[in-house]
Amino acid sequence: MAGFSIRPCGDFRTTYRQDTRIFDTTYVRNAAILGIFAVAMIPFVLDGYYVNLFIQISYFAIAALGLNILVGFTGQISLGHAAFFGFGAFASAWINNTTGIPVLLSIPLAGLMTAAVGLLFGLPAARIKGLYLAIATLAAQFILEDFFARAEWFTGGSYGAAANPINVFGFEVYDDFSFFYVCLFFLVVMYLLGTNLMRTRDGRAFVAVRDHYLSAEIMGINLTKYRLMSFAISSFYAGIGGAIYGHYLGFVSAEGFTILLSIQFLGMIIIGGLGSVKGTLMGTVFMVLLPEVMESGVSALSVFEWASSTAVTDGLAYIKEMAIGLAIILFLIFEPDGLAHRWQQIRAYWKLYPFSY
Amino acid sequence: MNFELLFQLLLNGLIVGTLYGVVAMCFVLIYKSTQIVNFAQGEFLLIGAWVCYAFLVEMHMPFWMGFLFTLIFMMVFGIVLQMVVLRPMIGEPIISVIMVTIGLSIFFQAATKWIFGATTATYPQVFETRSVNLLGMQIETAYIMSFVISLFIMAGFYWFFKYSKLGLAMRATAFDQQVAQSLGISVKTVFAMSWAISALVSAIAGIVIGMVNGVSSALSVIGIKVFPAVILGGLDSIVGAIVGGVIIGMLENTAEFVDGQYLHWGNLFSIAPFYVLIIILCIKPYGLFGTKDIERI
Repeated sequence: MAGFSIRPCGDFRTTYRQDTRIFDTTYVRNAAILGIFAVAMIPFVLDGYYVNLFIQISYFAIAALGLNILVGFTGQISLGHAAFFGFGAFASAWINNTTGIPVLLSIPLAGLMTAAVGLLFGLPAARIKGLYLAIATLAAQFILEDFFARAEWFTGGSYGAAANPINVFGFEVYDDFSFFYVCLFFLVVMYLLGTNLMRTRDGRAFVAVRDHYLSAEIMGINLTKYRLMSFAISSFYAGIGGAIYGHYLGFVSAEGFTILLSIQFLGMIIIGGLGSVKGTLMGTVFMVLLPEVMESGVSALSVFEWASSTAVTDGLAYIKEMAIGLAIILFLIFEPDGLAHRWQQIRAYWKLYPFSY
Repeated sequence: MNFELLFQLLLNGLIVGTLYGVVAMCFVLIYKSTQIVNFAQGEFLLIGAWVCYAFLVEMHMPFWMGFLFTLIFMMVFGIVLQMVVLRPMIGEPIISVIMVTIGLSIFFQAATKWIFGATTATYPQVFETRSVNLLGMQIETAYIMSFVISLFIMAGFYWFFKYSKLGLAMRATAFDQQVAQSLGISVKTVFAMSWAISALVSAIAGIVIGMVNGVSSALSVIGIKVFPAVILGGLDSIVGAIVGGVIIGMLENTAEFVDGQYLHWGNLFSIAPFYVLIIILCIKPYGLFGTKDIERI
């Protein structure tokens, strides 16, 4: 079955090892590696606007994957992901500024620090779930936002904190062109880690906790341990994403990490598909491109009288926000399994074409 | 210690708290009868207040007429919202239901900002006198009116659930949907009506707060403040919602007093309810009056 085909023409798996493989066939694996090389060519082919978009997608996608591990795989709801994202940004800048640890090291350290904070706010999760947990994490969001504005030693208070650019072995990463590769590196590493996590015992335990937590407990899965672990891993991802964001902008201010960003993260994983690593990336791409598409759509429509009026041009920020809300609602009503499911269907259609039954 | 200020703040807390209680009651009404957590409760206040503003200022209606039209509008709005958006969500996992209402919340918040602008607008003067003297303290007339209206709404809820046919049907549905349906209660109607009533009463609260503070997107913050109140009182208890609302209102103002007199931290009053929320969830997740759900395998 390791032949040169896109999909094996049936289910030939005989061992668990085969069942948990990341890539079904060698062809798919080679295609994925080629795909990464193709993406690495982007800065040479396309202009700075697209490179910037890719950088945005990559740090949001890393944080969104963390949220998907928590929400999609473990079934815990978090409305405070943006706060952890922000905490990672501040933590990395703080570590780098106070101790002088190189940025490339301070990013994972910030991830660990955020994981510790995530554990702290995950503690109620040991006892509560579902709706109650959603409200607890909502409280975490507001408490952390308040902390950002207050803790001047850590965040610089209302002035914000300066974050140094990334320094790779004495080579300063200043422009988008080289930052692109740092982002690509982190994106690939974090996504490989995430995919592999789901193949381990811990990953399967997460899914068991999501599907039926009482049965999982009876099967010998320590609920408290895995819920807390899921929170920690999710916050770790958020911290890494946030740290990259902070060092990309070079400046972190407390205003950027509001509840709206948390909702956007949730929107990404819902639009992409809960419990799908691939879907997370798709959802992030959708969420980042949506405002851009709206903007170019409005400017393309401005040849008409009504679209060039001040009501439309001044309200563009609100139109973008409305589009985010509307996208979430429409996806939940019409495609609750997200883009990953739709992608699966399209693939199945072409595989069986023209003899689908 | 400044007792006069403390007393004034506590009185403020009581009045604001009853308003929180009213909004929390609307939240509990939806949760109890349809099992949906409404994160868009604050937007009901916002929409109600803006629509009433539009009737009064843009169309120059007298107050009672604008108020009445707003109530009718909100009722239709609630029913349509339930039918179009929430009905397909029945039976979906809780994360989907939560996200739909959150999506509604950001959609309507952005929409009202787009239509009515982001600046604060004030209602035309409704009362002759701005404040009255009560027990040696100056109290704004609008505050007294809001307190009276809140009590009136609470009494109305009591009557509604105790004696009216629809209220009894709602209680039956909340108790057991299948049994209620087999007894000839239209669960669809009950769902739609609970959204309608919730939207309507929230709009009244929105208009009342709008009269005191002016109408702006800050009104939707009340929708977030409701969470500490309902968690404290218990998610499925109407009495708990009122008690929780009053306690959270008082707590906010006490926090403001402590902050202003001793700590000087800044915005402690807006964040204190959330610390309380986390503590309650850790020690008593089902609140003061909520029913503990027991799961069987």
